[in-house]
Amino acid sequence: MAAWSGARRREAVQRNGLAALLLSPAVLLFTVFVVLPMVEAAWYSFYRWNGYGTPTQYVGLRNYWVLLRNGVFSSALLNTAMVVAVSLLVQLPLALGMALLTAKRFMGVNLFRTIFFLPYILGEVVAGLIWRFVFDDSFGLSHAIAAWLQVEPPYILADPDLAIYAILAVVVWKYFGFHMMIYIAGLQDIPREMQEAAAIDGASRFQQLRHITLPMLAPSIRLSVFFAVVGALQLFDLVMPLTGGGPANATHTMVSFQFVFGITRMDIGFGSAVGVVLFVLCVGFTAAFRRVLTRRA
Amino acid sequence: MVSGRLFPAVRLGVLILVAVLVLVPLVTVALGGFKTMGELRTNPFGLPALWDWTNYGGILASAVFWRALANSALLSAATVFLTVSLGLMAAFAFAQIRFLGRSFLFSYFLLGLLFPAATAILPLFVRIRDLGLLDSYWGVILPQTAFGLCMSIVLLWGFFRQLPQELWGAAVIDGCGYGGFLWHVVLPLSRPILATVSVFTLVHSWNAYLLPLTLLNSSQRYPWPLAIMQYANEYSVDWNLVLAFITLTLLPAIGFFLLAQRQIVEGLTSGAVKG
Repeated sequence: MAAWSGARRREAVQRNGLAALLLSPAVLLFTVFVVLPMVEAAWYSFYRWNGYGTPTQYVGLRNYWVLLRNGVFSSALLNTAMVVAVSLLVQLPLALGMALLTAKRFMGVNLFRTIFFLPYILGEVVAGLIWRFVFDDSFGLSHAIAAWLQVEPPYILADPDLAIYAILAVVVWKYFGFHMMIYIAGLQDIPREMQEAAAIDGASRFQQLRHITLPMLAPSIRLSVFFAVVGALQLFDLVMPLTGGGPANATHTMVSFQFVFGITRMDIGFGSAVGVVLFVLCVGFTAAFRRVLTRRA
Repeated sequence: MVSGRLFPAVRLGVLILVAVLVLVPLVTVALGGFKTMGELRTNPFGLPALWDWTNYGGILASAVFWRALANSALLSAATVFLTVSLGLMAAFAFAQIRFLGRSFLFSYFLLGLLFPAATAILPLFVRIRDLGLLDSYWGVILPQTAFGLCMSIVLLWGFFRQLPQELWGAAVIDGCGYGGFLWHVVLPLSRPILATVSVFTLVHSWNAYLLPLTLLNSSQRYPWPLAIMQYANEYSVDWNLVLAFITLTLLPAIGFFLLAQRQIVEGLTSGAVKG
């Protein structure tokens, strides 16, 4: 009996030891480079600190107050809200439409899917540069159209009121194919018999869409909404090549604001406060989203 | 409502319209690389009158271009290797070994799915600097791996968990320890999921911009997204050169996509990506 429990204990020690061995590199990296920086962001955000030595100048909530009253940050929040709105109201319907049109097999369907998905796999930076050229007033699309209409070409990206719309257009161009793929996957899970039965019962295409396809697609739509919002909250790479947050700081997102006002100016405390706000928004959105989902289910 | 007979024609029309809108900027950029500045101004969208290969040739012969691609290849390869191998070890432990604090540690990793790397970028910068890793390849690889780990662990864990229990029993009878089981049984079975995780980590680190931008200073270590931004700012008047540079960086991405299309699409459709 004693020998048996000894063997068992040895086995348990071995098992736990092996688990520790397998897990420790991942735990170490994750703790040092993800969790601790997030905790430190909360800590630094109460200090005025240029990043050298240790933070000593405690300022309480001052960074947050400054942030709330900062006009550029408000416009960055508004820009993020606009990205969310356009993602939900323009991009998702477009993605859904293209998914419905390419859901059934026909000649060339894969070609269309691949073309629509192509912008998603390009790097954000290069997508931004491509569109900087398209929007360029002396070469690009607006130049060509203006020349055709014989008017002075507008430089959209240099106009503080219009530049954000240019960014929104690029966001739709870049990501609608990604959402289309989510919808195509969802459509493939809908049993074909349901649609056939509805068609036999005399339901029109629109009725089939309204009463069968859309309700059955609900999980895909939720997934796509989730990605659209989380993606909008962390938009950065696309903005830098297009406008860099300009002109006159009119097109910042939260992350580009954090980069320009925190890192470029080495204002670690203030920048960390921006990071904390972003963190709260991300976690808050995820929690609210979960809640809505569980209430539905 | 569109009548049944007309539907295919209307559908094709709409699809072609959207496809043209998607492709016009890409084709314009690729053709623009062949044009002179004068032609770019008068004829930005059409075919070039004279195919001028000097822009492309100049970039293909430049050290900047190849060094940037080599840097990206190095950073991505190391990130993919570490993310997949460390994620594999952790996911195997979570799925197959009963140990103290298993569910607690697992929830700990799930934390990482809640927020993007951008939220902690300033403290991360301070930490990398204090570790003396600023402006080094490791300074980018380690944080990139750390942020990729959560997704990699969750995906691999989901796969390992579905492996039948009998496999482990059979392995024990054959005198196989955990190590042998992982190496001889689990790994060969997990090739598809390993491919998916690798492809996504690769695409992510190949295109990464914010982390290298924050953590690298010297341009000889720049991966291509940073190099192309620097190039675009340096040659901002010579759009034809920038367009050629852009096109050349697109080619590996498109080629890779066509090769790995299956993994990418399957990964997406199983909800594998954090947006």
